[in-house]
Amino acid sequence: METQVLIIGGGVTGAGLARDLALRGIDCILAEQRDLNAGASGANHGLLHSGARYLASDPGAAAECRAENALLKRLAPHCIEDTGGLFVAVAGDPEDYIADFPSRCERSGIAAEALDPAAARELEPGLSDRVIAAYAVADATIDPFMLTFDNLAQARALGARVLRFTRVSGFELAGGAIRSVALNDETTGGRFQVRAQLVINAAGAWAGRIAAMAGIHLNMLYSKGSLLVTQARLNQRVLNRLRPATDADILVPGGTVSILGTTSVRIPDPDDLRPEVDEIDRIIEEGAVMVPELKTIRYIRAYCGVRPLIGSTGGGDDRQVSRGFTLLDHGADGVNNFITITGGKLTTYRLMAEKTADLVSARLGVTAPCRTAVEPLPAAAADRWTEPGLTPNLWVRRNDPNDLLLCECEMVPMSVVESVADSLRSPDGPPFSLKALGLRSRIGKGPCQGTFCSERITAHLYQSERFSGRDGVSNLRAFLTERWRGQRPLLWGPAMIQYELQEAMHCALFGLELEDHEQSGSPADDPRTA
Amino acid sequence: MIRALPEIESDLLVIGTGLAGIGAALFAADRGIPTTLVGMTGELNFASGLLDLMGIHPIAQWRCWNNPWAAIDALLRDCPEHPYGLLDRSDMRTAFQRFTSFLGDHGLPYHLEPEANQRVITPVGTVKTTYAVPVSMLHGVAALAQKAPCLMVGFTGLKGFSSRQIAETLKDRWPAIGSCQIPFPGMSGELYPEHLAQALAAPTVREQLAAAIRPHLGSSLYVGLPAMLGLYDHGLVFREMQRLLERKLFEIPTMPPGITGLRLKSVFENELPRLGVATHFQQKVLTFEPRGEDGFLFGVGTQRVEWRVRCRGAILAGGRFFGRGLRADRTGIRETLFDLPVAQPARRADWHRSDLFDPAGHPVNRAGLETDSRLRPLDRQGRPAYPNLYAAGSILAHQDWTRMKCGAGLAITTAYAAVKALVGRGA
Repeated sequence: METQVLIIGGGVTGAGLARDLALRGIDCILAEQRDLNAGASGANHGLLHSGARYLASDPGAAAECRAENALLKRLAPHCIEDTGGLFVAVAGDPEDYIADFPSRCERSGIAAEALDPAAARELEPGLSDRVIAAYAVADATIDPFMLTFDNLAQARALGARVLRFTRVSGFELAGGAIRSVALNDETTGGRFQVRAQLVINAAGAWAGRIAAMAGIHLNMLYSKGSLLVTQARLNQRVLNRLRPATDADILVPGGTVSILGTTSVRIPDPDDLRPEVDEIDRIIEEGAVMVPELKTIRYIRAYCGVRPLIGSTGGGDDRQVSRGFTLLDHGADGVNNFITITGGKLTTYRLMAEKTADLVSARLGVTAPCRTAVEPLPAAAADRWTEPGLTPNLWVRRNDPNDLLLCECEMVPMSVVESVADSLRSPDGPPFSLKALGLRSRIGKGPCQGTFCSERITAHLYQSERFSGRDGVSNLRAFLTERWRGQRPLLWGPAMIQYELQEAMHCALFGLELEDHEQSGSPADDPRTA
Repeated sequence: MIRALPEIESDLLVIGTGLAGIGAALFAADRGIPTTLVGMTGELNFASGLLDLMGIHPIAQWRCWNNPWAAIDALLRDCPEHPYGLLDRSDMRTAFQRFTSFLGDHGLPYHLEPEANQRVITPVGTVKTTYAVPVSMLHGVAALAQKAPCLMVGFTGLKGFSSRQIAETLKDRWPAIGSCQIPFPGMSGELYPEHLAQALAAPTVREQLAAAIRPHLGSSLYVGLPAMLGLYDHGLVFREMQRLLERKLFEIPTMPPGITGLRLKSVFENELPRLGVATHFQQKVLTFEPRGEDGFLFGVGTQRVEWRVRCRGAILAGGRFFGRGLRADRTGIRETLFDLPVAQPARRADWHRSDLFDPAGHPVNRAGLETDSRLRPLDRQGRPAYPNLYAAGSILAHQDWTRMKCGAGLAITTAYAAVKALVGRGA
């Protein structure tokens, strides 16, 4: 394959870059080793920062957030719930930080309206009665999945190609440039090459590995952040703790739930992340100081992502490392058609894409200007299903008795499952999977965490001839295993009851734990060999 | 004014209405013990109808056994603390025989091979090892064993059951399996096994259903259907459908809750009172006062105590988390009525392994009550907590019934042993 620009990484940065380039008329291919938003882009608060969070630690990033916040609210309103946000301090929080907050806001041009604690509690009754200071800011929530899908939908419509489950295995370097990129198709095992004029490393936490393939060392730091999803929505606005950033400072409402986080734990490796029990307990204890109900509410799911940070610090809190982004032209390292874009945050994804695309344009001699700062992001029809509450609304309105709800917790009907399944079908695309369906819809995200809907959907996918052979067994296992990462640290109270039912159905009755192809060292009296 | 609550007397109170609770009530009634049974019956709705005894050991090696008794021997060599280690082998056989023959006497016949497990088809097309099989599922065991020409039938609108899924998953080793999905006569929208079973009470619906299946039969010798062939009239519906289709029929359990659990529940709800058991379904034992050698005074009700029962002995068969016999808090696992000590991993981080399908199973599954050799739960000093309190079923520690495939066996055989121990003590 040939293209002008190969983008490595299918998170929101890569997706934003693909759209930006496509709008400038530049041909590109995006290659993602797993599915879209599989890294930090899919594992964050979904918070559109006002910038106030970074006032003290990183005023530059704060100002970028402020500008992008206003711009995205105007250009991508369908991805955003303009909730507003509060910064609140609780008795005992550092007083000098509270006192400096208004002047810092002013210096960075961030609007913050002082509220008295009683007024704040009237707006957000879940707040603790120990609130001593409160400011209203322009925080909002943003759906990172919809954002990535919509960016790629427009990029595709303009000719960009997107390769999911396609892993870069190496670069062929010659004459101080990447001559071709070797790629593995992770689902078929096939290998192929892409020749591109420029290669952009937008691999997020994996950027260091990609750079290493070109012989370049990036000093990457990996900071794990874990988050918790509550069963019910506790707040209308984004609630931030008014203190220097630490664990469990932010409670973000999202559709019918709230999301509490995060931690910041230095880890050596960005792969195979799991939220751990002790982290979860810390988040709950801390969060409950601001919103007491967090101590008793049921949690549906935990998840974690890795903040890719480029730093030179030897220690200390990773929150001190810049949240601003880093754009590196590796010409300086002796590879002159290779660029890395990393760091940053969801709120500034568009700006990161713009700056990268500016550099790409300059290198390619393209003069078309950036259009993403003026042109609205079109909403793609097929990827609306991640929005909580959307499918129930449509289902109720449509009122078709034969359109059965396959996921009853999140009210996802057959028609939505089919529509998402069809949007995933492409002649050379990766095979369709339950996990891919989960990424693009609400299935399995309710209290049953997939116990019931996994098999209901699997049965429907067989009956509609989308699954065949033993697809069901492998998909059920993979889907439930993925859900498990987020369930495991939260299994007390009703969640333990749910777990036991899942174990009874999927192990005691279905025996899915016995259906492991790689390790079926079956003894002679094993019926599976019969 | 304080109104005195009504109070009844009973020799035995059985707490819990899952398989262990109803088993204990049955075995106690057999011995002529005046028995009261209290519990919410939700859990039984989730039963597949298959009665496991012992299937897999060691679970970490996926070793599956043809002979459940040999499996138990191997299990007890490796895990002598498993509750089966407390039981007499002939009592276990007697318990299973009695339990299944009782069901058979009341319209729910079972088949078991005394020395062998049987293999049945699950709704996801996997094969499950179990011990006692409802007769309505028995032809499925034979069809699978012979890989005989077989048609799987599903119904449009019955969620979580795809005849094509079963056939596709099995076709590698069973080429003669086929499938069809048809509308259920006279129904549309979402279907539930219970409604289908009710509809099949009418002979005309049975004829219509047979007529709808017939064009798909081809050369099939067997026909598999989701479990929905009748509820109270199960035997009649099964026989009639088999006659109309002129093929050997079998049912496949559906995703729970299905009709297989409802059938079990209805037999016990109808028949235990006829044996003299005072049943109080949809109520809970909420409080207890120990009365030393005289037994207990329990408070029973739905939300608050509405009446009391004075009894000489009690069997705790409240199940685990799903049955509400145990409760998990962020800091630990507790037994919900007596606050008996629960053997459990030291920290919550050790409850579950990082892989859901880890072959070793999750340590929390083995948490539960430890007992003396007579199934009396122990207190924190390791002595029987109360002279007349016994425990049975999945609440017992050191077993993993979902992975070992020993759930029903554990319930039935420990219930039998608890009743026997209680009689032996002269409660």
